[in-house]
Amino acid sequence: MLQQLFRFQGGIEPAYHKQESVREPIAQAPLPPRLIIPLHQSIGGTPRPVVAVGDKVLKGQLIGAADGWISAAVHASTSGTVVEIGPRRIPHPSGLTTDCVVIEPDGEARWIERAPLDYRAMAPEEVRAYLQNAGIVGLGGAAFPSHAKLTTAKGVPMQELVINGAECEPWITCDDMLMRERAAEIVAGIGLFRDLLQPQRVLIGIEDNKPEAIAAMTAAVRAAGESFEVIAVPTRYPAGGAKQLIRVLTGKEIPAAKRSTDLGVQCFNVATAYSAWRAVAHGEPLISRIVTLTGNADRPRNWEVPIGMPIDALLPLAAPRPDTDGVIMGGPMMGFLIPALDVPVIKATNCLIAHSPSLFPPQPPEMPCIRCGECARACPHELQPMDMYWWSRAKNFGKAQEAHLFDCIECGCCAYVCPAHIPLVQYFRFAKSEIWAREKERKLAEGAKERFEFKQFREEREKAEKAEKLAKAAAAQAAKKAAEAAAASAAGSTAPPTDAAEAAKKAAIAAALERARAQRAAVQARNTEDLPPEKAREIAAIDARRQQAGLEPAAATPLGKEDA
Amino acid sequence: MDLLLAIAIMALGAVVLGAALGYASVKFKVEGDPIVEKIDAILPQTQCGQCGYPGCKPYAEAIAKGEADINQCPPGGDEGVRKLADLLGKEYKPLSAEHGQEKPKAVAVIREELCIGCTLCIQACPVDAIVGAAKQMHTVVASLCTGCELCVKPCPVECIDMVPIPETLETWKWKYPVFEIKPAESRKVA
Amino acid sequence: MQTATSPHIHKPVSITRVMAQVCLALLPGIAVYTWLIGPALLIQLGIASLAALAAEALLLQLRGKPVAPFLMDGSALVTAWLIALTFPPLSPWWLTATGVCLAIVVAKQLYGGLGQNPFNPAMVAFAACIVAFPALMSQWPAQGLTLSFSAQLDVVLGLAPRVDALTAATPLDAMKTALKLEGEHASVQALLANQTLYGTFAGRGWEWVATAYLLGGLFLLARGVITWHVPAAFLAGLATVAGLCWGIDPARFADPVFHLFSGGAMLGAFFIATDPVSGCTTPRGKLVFGFGAGALAYLIRVFGAFPDGIAFAVLIMNLAAPVIDLLCQPPIFGHKREAP
Repeated sequence: MLQQLFRFQGGIEPAYHKQESVREPIAQAPLPPRLIIPLHQSIGGTPRPVVAVGDKVLKGQLIGAADGWISAAVHASTSGTVVEIGPRRIPHPSGLTTDCVVIEPDGEARWIERAPLDYRAMAPEEVRAYLQNAGIVGLGGAAFPSHAKLTTAKGVPMQELVINGAECEPWITCDDMLMRERAAEIVAGIGLFRDLLQPQRVLIGIEDNKPEAIAAMTAAVRAAGESFEVIAVPTRYPAGGAKQLIRVLTGKEIPAAKRSTDLGVQCFNVATAYSAWRAVAHGEPLISRIVTLTGNADRPRNWEVPIGMPIDALLPLAAPRPDTDGVIMGGPMMGFLIPALDVPVIKATNCLIAHSPSLFPPQPPEMPCIRCGECARACPHELQPMDMYWWSRAKNFGKAQEAHLFDCIECGCCAYVCPAHIPLVQYFRFAKSEIWAREKERKLAEGAKERFEFKQFREEREKAEKAEKLAKAAAAQAAKKAAEAAAASAAGSTAPPTDAAEAAKKAAIAAALERARAQRAAVQARNTEDLPPEKAREIAAIDARRQQAGLEPAAATPLGKEDA
Repeated sequence: MDLLLAIAIMALGAVVLGAALGYASVKFKVEGDPIVEKIDAILPQTQCGQCGYPGCKPYAEAIAKGEADINQCPPGGDEGVRKLADLLGKEYKPLSAEHGQEKPKAVAVIREELCIGCTLCIQACPVDAIVGAAKQMHTVVASLCTGCELCVKPCPVECIDMVPIPETLETWKWKYPVFEIKPAESRKVA
Repeated sequence: MQTATSPHIHKPVSITRVMAQVCLALLPGIAVYTWLIGPALLIQLGIASLAALAAEALLLQLRGKPVAPFLMDGSALVTAWLIALTFPPLSPWWLTATGVCLAIVVAKQLYGGLGQNPFNPAMVAFAACIVAFPALMSQWPAQGLTLSFSAQLDVVLGLAPRVDALTAATPLDAMKTALKLEGEHASVQALLANQTLYGTFAGRGWEWVATAYLLGGLFLLARGVITWHVPAAFLAGLATVAGLCWGIDPARFADPVFHLFSGGAMLGAFFIATDPVSGCTTPRGKLVFGFGAGALAYLIRVFGAFPDGIAFAVLIMNLAAPVIDLLCQPPIFGHKREAP
């Protein structure tokens, strides 16, 4: 290999623990009794559900349609019946819920109609839309919709396409096993990305602690007759971070505020290329992925798991030991402990590590920072974490941003090496989410202020207009009165017309009040038009029930119709 | 003679330094934000009037004039008071109880089946966050609602509720890391 | 369920380990010092350690901080050892104890304890004591002093009289005084010929103590406890200014090697100026800090009134450290081509 490699600053060399889970090939996980498929699985808009409770779905059937450009569709992982659509806990550090489609599998695994796609005959935007509808997202962990990354920046020629097979986090081996076993399809997927992006070179970076994967990929590239370069990169966490891998392979550094395409590079994970190819060549949307089950377990292994499989159904396959007290989703450097075992596997779930206090001993108490600079030496982005920590801890967010807080990729190297055991990354995450929340609040406040000021302005204007009108009317009245007085004095007769006018006004008010009361009794929502049929059906059912209960007179006319 | 010389030197110094200062004040004059704008920027723009002034700007003006205290804004909360204290170089004081308490953020929600379309809430809303017309059902645009509660009272049929905004995945925030080293018991009270 | 967040694995490091390695690296210097200069150092180390731990514990208690974890971090011990190594070994016990208390109470705990002190505590103590007790702080064991351990103990504890014959100035100080006395006719070469005082290259006995410090410092470098920046820049700063003066007038200024291996230069370069809390943290900042401290140390020790200049040089640079760091922020990933 004549490729000249660059290096990134910092990084760490933790114990890798990769051997445990590569002894056996990838196995197919059995179907669980229930699949919980969250609609929101990728970065961006939450897909809209397109099925209803009680619907029969086929394997691979669309259940959530993409909402907006940065969003990817969600599909049924097997055939069965939709038994619930509602909020469920998902694997997220918050432990909060989001809408999920719960499917009871019928065990038949009947597929939708699948057909290979002749993508070469299609326009690139059509292929991108196809991938979006197939639910293809980045499988390295970030779950960014892949189709949105398959466009080049205007005016910047695409130079390198970087394929990420580095898999730098300890314990995780799903990409390693995928490359060993399914290299040909990965290479075909890379070919698809290459055709869409038209880069000058395609570089496949794999950490040099995975010689089998490197060999398999090299062989597959040769067999396919492609000119992709398979490059062994030095094993050093976080070499698999997109920015670090791009740096190592191309020497380019992507700043925080820019997209990699601005510098003519794009980066995809090997598993993403694989699933994109499955979608294009076999018509299979993304409904399963490889998950490493490892950690404090007797049978660590990689499994092909249907998306939505509850972790409490999956974990027993690895035979976790009795002292397991939690499950880490992702790697030990960037993953999080899942809030409960009933959460499902999602597209971003690359690894599940059984956690035990002996394997992952709790941190000793936090000590004060002694500014030793270990964190700065370990930081792959060459930041000064101790300064960022100082300001984040003091909640001085402006200063924290000046210290380049938003360049931090939260890789955890700083917290890993800190001799004072300071949870640096936690401080950075805290500061970042706090800054985002404040920014949002500030924008809202600005809008509120603007609208408030406009309302005041409007009221002033209306008042002025009214005053003007009144003045005019008064003048006219005065003129009229003067004329009348002149006439009266001429006629000599007077009648008090005011009483009659007063009475008429009172009657009108009473009538208005009566109308309001009647309306309040008969009032009905006006938002019942243009509803999807299932909603309309639902409302009709509710109305029927109401009528049965005698709550509502059937004759009540909806306000909308009255107006119409 | 010495005395005169000393006086002359001091006088000369005073003149030179005075001239320099005068020049600097003209040359480096900072057209800073008027203090009212700075105070207004800290206030949450809820426009709720809980402070006793008809909006955030009037309250900011009152603070700037020294008519109002800095602890009269419940939506701004404790943090708001601290920021105002910082800005104005005043002593921090807890929120004054008579102006209300800090509450979790909420939005107004109109129970649509009860709304009679009287437009009173629309008139009351300081930020035009309620849409609707006479005799038509009204609704609150949740993203624009500041949670000021000004629409709740005018509603003749009491169909407006303040609903706290629940935490969602979009609004969830990472918590401040917990210090494991805590002050000794005796100091905790302070 | 666990609620901790990532990273879930950590390097087995701690402040205690860092401090323990510093102490370990001081051992060769202590051994050579004890052997060549006098075993009274061991007494001073004991006094200083006890005083430091007592003062630290008391202050932590008073400040309402947990005592055990902070006492165990070892930072007080490092400060105590540096004080014992920089104070004259025959100093009365109360002088060492006062120095240690000054360092721990005033320079460290009153500023907020571990990690908060803007000045190097040991150097604050040294500077305060040399100003307050100039005579006592200049009484170093006379060359060729042979006094039994128990006799030295008696002197330190004040049980035996403090006779003038016991003590003398350090070679560095002696050289300065001699050059000053001789005025126009001074000659460094002639002075250095006196090997009983000036040894083979930088003061009899002391030159080997300095060499042992250098070895300990290299150990710290190898273990990654310190980086090369500060020691290299410190020694470079000292050698550059020394070389400049020596090049101008070799008769009135000693050669750079003499300056590098005499006084507290080696101790200062590897153990004092490298204190991370009060020094710079950015790589370029460390270079500026070290160079400045080295150059200042030379100026103070040669042209100033004190026998050595390390303490004042380091304190002055401590004062400038935050500004230096601010001006020496390193470029970060992806922003290197932007204008600063």
